Amino acid sequence: MPEPILQVRNLTVHFYTYAGIVKAIEKVSFDVYKGETFALVGETGCGKSVTSRALTQLIESPGRIVEGQVLYYREDGSVVDLLKLSEEEIREIRGNEIAYIFQDPHSSLDPLYTVGYQIAEAMEVHGKIKNIKEGIQKAVQILKSVLIPDPERRVNNYPHELSGGMKQRVVIGIGVSNNPRILIADEPTTALDVTVQAQILELLEKMKKEYKATIILITHNLGVVAETADRVAVMYAGKIVEIGSVDQIFRNPLHPYTQGLLKAVPNPMTKIEKLEAIPGTVPNLITPPSGCRFHPRCPRTMEICKQKVPEMKEIEPGHFVACHLY
Amino acid sequence: MGEPVLKVENLKKYFPVRGLLRTVGWVKAVDGISFEIQKGETFGLVGESGCGKTTTGRTILRLIEPTSGKIIFMGKDVTKLKGEELKWFRRKAQIMFQDPYSSLDPRQTVFQIIMEPVRFHGIQVDDPEEFVIKLLESVGLNEMHLYRYPHEFSGGQRQRIALARLLALKPEFIVLDEPTSALDVSVQANILNTLKELQEKHGFTYLFISHDLGVVKYMSDRMGVMYLGKLVEVGPADKIFENPLHPYTQMLFSAIPIPDPDIAREMKKKRMKVTGEPPSPINPPKGCRFHPRCPYAKAGLCDKEEPPMVEVEKDHYVACWLYAKA
Repeated sequence: MPEPILQVRNLTVHFYTYAGIVKAIEKVSFDVYKGETFALVGETGCGKSVTSRALTQLIESPGRIVEGQVLYYREDGSVVDLLKLSEEEIREIRGNEIAYIFQDPHSSLDPLYTVGYQIAEAMEVHGKIKNIKEGIQKAVQILKSVLIPDPERRVNNYPHELSGGMKQRVVIGIGVSNNPRILIADEPTTALDVTVQAQILELLEKMKKEYKATIILITHNLGVVAETADRVAVMYAGKIVEIGSVDQIFRNPLHPYTQGLLKAVPNPMTKIEKLEAIPGTVPNLITPPSGCRFHPRCPRTMEICKQKVPEMKEIEPGHFVACHLY
Repeated sequence: MGEPVLKVENLKKYFPVRGLLRTVGWVKAVDGISFEIQKGETFGLVGESGCGKTTTGRTILRLIEPTSGKIIFMGKDVTKLKGEELKWFRRKAQIMFQDPYSSLDPRQTVFQIIMEPVRFHGIQVDDPEEFVIKLLESVGLNEMHLYRYPHEFSGGQRQRIALARLLALKPEFIVLDEPTSALDVSVQANILNTLKELQEKHGFTYLFISHDLGVVKYMSDRMGVMYLGKLVEVGPADKIFENPLHPYTQMLFSAIPIPDPDIAREMKKKRMKVTGEPPSPINPPKGCRFHPRCPYAKAGLCDKEEPPMVEVEKDHYVACWLYAKA
């Protein structure tokens, strides 16, 4: 039986804007197991980033976590609800036990400080080192482990002296500097070229092994998912529609949205006569469709889909879907 | 085979790097590339950011003046066109840009946006409204959208408006510069299919520029791979995907994440090691520009002499010393 490290229950985040209440995510529930790579996939605006940020209360005004629980299993066996912690308490966990890597390496680094200082600062904040000087020495080791050539010199570089791929390596270095138990990577390779992307994905895998971390990977790229994830949750319009192992999702997709998404991606290794597109566009989340949020675009929509929100059902072991067809 | 619609010969575009008082160097964005596109075919141009693919597309249309080289379009040298002939070229050769948020005037209605180039070129239209509605219908929009403004549309719909605008001029040749990079996969599939349908109906010739190999495979008949301002491989898309010859093409292909877990696992085992990042085009490496990253580089040859383009199998060309005689 896999051990859970994170159990998310009914997580709901709303954004209170002038145009109305944006229901960014509604009752999102999933488990993340220890040591796995768990991918959250979906298209723009589906709520995957909001979900990942809400896990450690990283939601800023006008957004608010309306309800839900994020149960975190600590190393000593105790369980805490991350959403109940005070700002001080969560700060001790965030960046320490649960670290983030964001999409854009150009804006995750401070242009005024050397990369060595920035890695050292992350460790100092959490009391892992006595002073910055010691931290910079440690930073050299970290830069070496994220495969930056010539780390003794690079540690004194400013971000503008590094390429995009190198910057993302530094950001990953900051992420792993405190030996986190969970690493949340939000589109870590989207801003990078494919050859650089391949290297960063390889590096994440290496970090996962070295630091025995659990990775939560947020991405819109199904190729990246197939390559790196153990389990996958597919999100659409603020809801999780399907959860399963990577093989279950790719071999036997159950939800019509997952099926459509997989058929819409051109696979460079196979001959495709015609791509199948999903008609329509992603709905507005101020007034989301009634019932199942996918029903206006669904090729197999039924009367009940318009009225009732489908519940998550387990169809085969570990494979869940929220759809009235099942 | 008939006369190609477009023939590019030894095209170069250098951008000056200005110092305080004088030019201190040149960015060799496009450095001597040659290829042909036949009528009704799609020629895909792939490469990573900064390889010069967009500059190539724009220089061909003379949106940027070439430094040297020939561009023969339907028998005429584009670099020498003036006055009425240039106007004719501007009508026959069109471009679709990547970002639909900046390519449409936010203060014009869809009707005005589409009619502006029509009026400019003095094309006689009996009933402008009827004319625009027909165009909108041909790209999957309708008369409801006639008097709306760009901000009322989604990214995919905006690309359709841009498409209707260029169709109004009945072009022969269209440069598609990453037309779906800003879009989600489900929407991307829709646009790609529309582009294919229009090509079949009107016999358009496309230059399809993209960094997404899956998309290029789906769209292209023939393709070229660019690296640092040079074409390294040209040939039928099927052949290049089946049997990539240039080490850079091989590296690029092995770096793409495949949206299929079985193939992805298979690829992981035999994957070519991806190393390094593209160097700066200001001081490109001597000889073959790929040699510092190439696992097969031979000292004394690859770092000294530039490899010539050679035909390895029918219509499949590669510029690499592995295939050429020194």
